[in-house]
Amino acid sequence: MTDYPYDRTALRAELATVDELPGSAKPEPILIVDRITRRFGGITAVDVEHLEVQRGAITALIGPNGAGKTTFFNIITGFDSPSAKEARWRFQGETIASASSFKVARAGMVRTFQLTKALSAMTVLDNMLLGSQAQAGERLLRSVFWPSWTGREKQLVEKADELLERFTLHDKREDYAGSLSGGQRKLLEMARALMSDPAMIMLDEPMAGVNPALTQSLLGHIQDLRDRGTTVLFVEHDMHMVQHISDWVVVMAEGKIVAEGRPGSVMKNQAVIDAYLGSHHDQDLGDDAVLEEDFDELAKVEETEREVEEEKLEEYVEAVREAEGEEN
Amino acid sequence: MDFGQFLVQLLTDAGGSLVSAVTAAFVLAAIGLNLHFGYTGLINIGQAGFMLLGAYGFAITVEYSGDFWLGLLVAIVVAIIAALILGLPTLRLRGDYFSIVTIAFAEIIRMIGDSPALQSLTGGPVGIQGFKFQGPFVALSPLPHEGTLSLGPLTAPYTGGDSWWLRIVTWGAVVIIALIALLLVKSPWGRVLRGIREDEDAVRSLGKNVNLVKMQSLIIGAVFGALGGVFYVLSGSVQADGLGRSQTFLIYTCLLLGGAATVFGPILGSLLYFVFTTILTDVVTTYVPHTVMNVTQIPQFVWILVGVGLMLLVIFRPQGILGNKRELNFIG
Repeated sequence: MTDYPYDRTALRAELATVDELPGSAKPEPILIVDRITRRFGGITAVDVEHLEVQRGAITALIGPNGAGKTTFFNIITGFDSPSAKEARWRFQGETIASASSFKVARAGMVRTFQLTKALSAMTVLDNMLLGSQAQAGERLLRSVFWPSWTGREKQLVEKADELLERFTLHDKREDYAGSLSGGQRKLLEMARALMSDPAMIMLDEPMAGVNPALTQSLLGHIQDLRDRGTTVLFVEHDMHMVQHISDWVVVMAEGKIVAEGRPGSVMKNQAVIDAYLGSHHDQDLGDDAVLEEDFDELAKVEETEREVEEEKLEEYVEAVREAEGEEN
Repeated sequence: MDFGQFLVQLLTDAGGSLVSAVTAAFVLAAIGLNLHFGYTGLINIGQAGFMLLGAYGFAITVEYSGDFWLGLLVAIVVAIIAALILGLPTLRLRGDYFSIVTIAFAEIIRMIGDSPALQSLTGGPVGIQGFKFQGPFVALSPLPHEGTLSLGPLTAPYTGGDSWWLRIVTWGAVVIIALIALLLVKSPWGRVLRGIREDEDAVRSLGKNVNLVKMQSLIIGAVFGALGGVFYVLSGSVQADGLGRSQTFLIYTCLLLGGAATVFGPILGSLLYFVFTTILTDVVTTYVPHTVMNVTQIPQFVWILVGVGLMLLVIFRPQGILGNKRELNFIG
């Protein structure tokens, strides 16, 4: 994929030395984001001062609903524009601020969508071929001179076949993408993004609406991407997934990055607990079984809150009774 | 008239409409519209506007310069300029706005052509008569300039007016343009078009310059339309009302009948359309008494039937004769 020599132990060791603070510097950042804000009327949806994404790692971007994750994601991939002009982001050392979405993709940062955008009236193979950026026949003047692109087309079909094989979609090669199941569409979208050998792949909620069995296979594919040297940044709700596969976790709340760290420790961060439990105290954080270490702590917090509420209720009931007693 | 005579008349007329330059002109416009509507998903409701623009550009240039090729070049250039002006502000917007602008554009061209203000150029409501601009085209003919040729029951002059020379050239143009369209839509560029038709953002996320490709498609389809306009007027005159809204819907009917998003759909659809309307006109003229329907009412009645036909087509067979139902996303 890329010429980056991948060594997971070294990567983890490197990340272990990074300060677990919002906006901390990474040893080898592939993406550096500065001063990105997005306002909708009076509401500031995103206000990110600084963020670095480590090359070769799987970075998870998490946060409660409405934290601005997807908006932030849209801005860095060029599908939305930042509100303030001083926004800058550098990808592989190149400034791509205020670039249009297709230029971001050409720079090597390809995204997928939360609501899968498989092109359902095209075959799976055509979807794949459309993912390549190396087909000069997509230029109008070259397109009519077919000998100038048929050779490349053959190579691309081979490559697409390999990827389809890897993503277990090869049987569906000639089918319309519209006939695929939701999970298969996710796989197709991921495989399609890989047709251009991106340096970085951005996955917007890759597990949303996928059944548990397929989730496992998706997770495997994401890890596989990293092992082949692709940097992955993904948005996700479910803590279980995040803990399981990511090398680094970035937590957003109310538009800001409130915490960063290794997946094991970031969940113990007070800011994260506040972000999740403060405003959405009854939200499901995913499979509790994998939160074993934190489980007791979370349980304690919940218990305390419940006790406080019960006390308040008792006090209230007593007060009512007293008032009734006085009336009588 | 006995039935045998009628049948011969019918077949002759149908054959005439099959080879007619007018049919070929609408085939060209339909191929252009197919690029817009069928492949790119641009709902252009002003294709007749591009035809009219091409016709004016051609006729006026030839009238004043006497050069056929210069006229053809001007027709192409004005179509490109109009597509640019039309596309730059609207292609970024959602499809509906583009459609509204195209219909407005076609009406503007028609009204400017109709208005007396530019009468010296466009002839106003009278139009530009054929003899003013057809000369250079006729002069290019290698066929005899006098006499007529009969092929079976079809008789037409070698050169001049609705001639064999015009038919050869227009159908030759159809072959060339259809070949170009075939190469375009079967190429990777055509694949990008089909991607855009379905989901622009998905295609953008894969690194394609969607706005550029849409503009290219708009321009090419507009140029095909303008060429159709040029050939349409080579056997008649340029008249603004001859290429109005109803002609746009005629092109849509041809396209949907044959099958949108197919290469041969616009050709087959146009041929069937013109044969069908010719037969219909003949039948009504012969068998419906003139007291029920007079001569001016017959074309109107045929138009009504065509409209009903278009509705039935869209409801019961939206993919047309050649189309692939699963590929067309407007079916849902």
